[in-house]
Amino acid sequence: MKVLVIEDDREAAAYVVKGLGESGYVVDHAAEGRDGLFMATDGSYDALVVDRMLPGMDGLAVIAALRAAEVKTPALILSALGAVDDRVKGLRAGGDDYLVKPFAFAELLARLEALMRRSGGTQPTTKLGVGDLEMDLLTRRVRRAGHDIELLPREFRLLEFMMRRAGQVVTRTMLLENVWDYHFDPQTNVIDVHVSRLRQKIDKGFEQPLLHTVRGAGYRLAAE
Amino acid sequence: MRRYLRTNAVRLAALYFALFAASVSTLLVFIYFSTADFAQRQTEATLDAESRGLAEQYQERGLAGLIEIVADRSVQHEGTERTLYLITDPLLHRLAGNLNAWPAATPIRPGWIKFPVEEHSGTQTEEHEALASVFVLPGGYRLLVGRDLRDAAAFRARIMHTLAWAALLTLALGIIGGVLMTGHMLRRIEAVNRTSERIIHGDLSQRVPVSGSGDEFDQLAQNLNAMLDKIERLMLAMRQVTDNIAHDLRTPLSRLRARLEVTLLEKPDAGRYGEALRDTIAEADRLLVTFNALLSIAEAEAGSRREAWSVVDLAEIARTVAELYEPVADENGLRLAVETDARVPVRGDRHLLSQAIANLLDNALKYTPAGMVALRAFARPDGARVEVADTGPGIPSDRREAVFDRFVRLEGSRSTPGNGLGLSLVRAVAKLHGGACWLEDNEPGLRAVMTLPLVAAEAPVRLPDRSPATA
Repeated sequence: MKVLVIEDDREAAAYVVKGLGESGYVVDHAAEGRDGLFMATDGSYDALVVDRMLPGMDGLAVIAALRAAEVKTPALILSALGAVDDRVKGLRAGGDDYLVKPFAFAELLARLEALMRRSGGTQPTTKLGVGDLEMDLLTRRVRRAGHDIELLPREFRLLEFMMRRAGQVVTRTMLLENVWDYHFDPQTNVIDVHVSRLRQKIDKGFEQPLLHTVRGAGYRLAAE
Repeated sequence: MRRYLRTNAVRLAALYFALFAASVSTLLVFIYFSTADFAQRQTEATLDAESRGLAEQYQERGLAGLIEIVADRSVQHEGTERTLYLITDPLLHRLAGNLNAWPAATPIRPGWIKFPVEEHSGTQTEEHEALASVFVLPGGYRLLVGRDLRDAAAFRARIMHTLAWAALLTLALGIIGGVLMTGHMLRRIEAVNRTSERIIHGDLSQRVPVSGSGDEFDQLAQNLNAMLDKIERLMLAMRQVTDNIAHDLRTPLSRLRARLEVTLLEKPDAGRYGEALRDTIAEADRLLVTFNALLSIAEAEAGSRREAWSVVDLAEIARTVAELYEPVADENGLRLAVETDARVPVRGDRHLLSQAIANLLDNALKYTPAGMVALRAFARPDGARVEVADTGPGIPSDRREAVFDRFVRLEGSRSTPGNGLGLSLVRAVAKLHGGACWLEDNEPGLRAVMTLPLVAAEAPVRLPDRSPATA
């Protein structure tokens, strides 16, 4: 998997490049918008990490130019601008996800993996499955090993989000943003409580747990 | 700048003058021609009448009668307003009339002719133009009825003279008017410029003078002043925000630095260093949370981004936040009661309002050891009202205002996680939306109240930007 990091801040770039390299990615780095655009144009990358404020050419302009040239490589925008409007602007320019600086590396990795999986296949599905856990999106029924599991609407959405990213790490922020559409940090860790409730419903009484906690990062739904 | 204005003023004055001159000249030319034309036409009409009279005489009395009448009239009209008569035989020999001979070099065909005549008054001989009508009578006799145009020429000269003076006068007035007008405009523009220059040099309290006439310049000045007021307010708010953030972050940053320095003073030990680094990262994360909270408060206090507001349902926001916290209440062994009206429409920022209610609920759940927490959202006639009431220990009445200040945490609450910014944000958000926030005694416990202005019930409630489900 090849990732291009377009980031002018040397320290931040080194941090991202090193982290991604250690996570098994082949990483290229461009320190300037124009170079980044040039490198990304041939479409040989699996994902782009683009800083929003770049010398030469603004990060959003780079993404917009790529999208105009029909390069659909998923792009994650890094930005120090964290207001909701800034986020909307970034996604409108063609970015696929928006991460506010500073961030934990685990957060970046989780989001990047989610982006790359998503770009793999986006066929509309009506059924999701992880191990012996099944979700029917039409009847909104969830079953595990043949037993019905009753979920509240929000729990259903939470599980759906994780099932669509089975095997990947999802962070608390990702859940808060995507399941609740909240972009602030609640002081109490409410997400943990929601996840542990969900875990009660889908894992209790079964030998093999599906919902795993990933230390320092978030959660992962997988049958292993 | 001044030079540019000067040339611009000159150009404006010149343009004004040129337009003025062009319209006045057109008018004068029109007056001249219509007046001169009128004089000529009147002469022609007189001659026509005269000719018709003679024609009648000729029909009644024949050539001899005509000659007689012409001879008669020629004598009568020996004066200033001379009518000229001449009757000749086919060889142009004079038979009667007050002209001595057929005018030289004039056609003998019937129609209008112009020719010079001489007038003798005393010793002087004047020559003027005359207009005449020529008729050919049966037998080749010719009749000329004409009129000395001296008076008409004098009249025309008089008009020309008058109009020339009028032109001169109006043009002079035009120049004066142009100079005065542009001068007036220039002075007012210069007043704006002087003020702008002073503001550029740092005196933001300067304002453009308003003359009080209510004209366009006054409107310009008033708009500029309103803009300056707004800029001054924003700058003041911005300065306050940066001051506050600088002040508020100094303490935790100093703590972070001190911890690192202490670690460095200790004996080098990989295990301890690792622990210190992990602690430092945790501290940095807390700092970032604090920083983000401060930024949200600052943004709310500065009142920016108000353009993006829409009508939102406070009841729906409250229910969603309650749903987020319900498992937390459950975990803490508390009952969370939610009571809302069907719709509580307010105009505002959904994200900020969500965060404010989340902060209130977070506090109530954190500081209530047992019992219940109630979240209510009502539409009252005097406004929207959100209440978070708990059955916890409450806050003594003399401390209920202080907790809204940044970083204020009461004794006994320091062991629970928190940064002392939650209520500051709630108040900032309430104020931003034109409302208020305060704490009351819930007997027992504490009740936080947030009021917001209600929007008219007809206004449509905008749904959340996107349903945050699948992605």
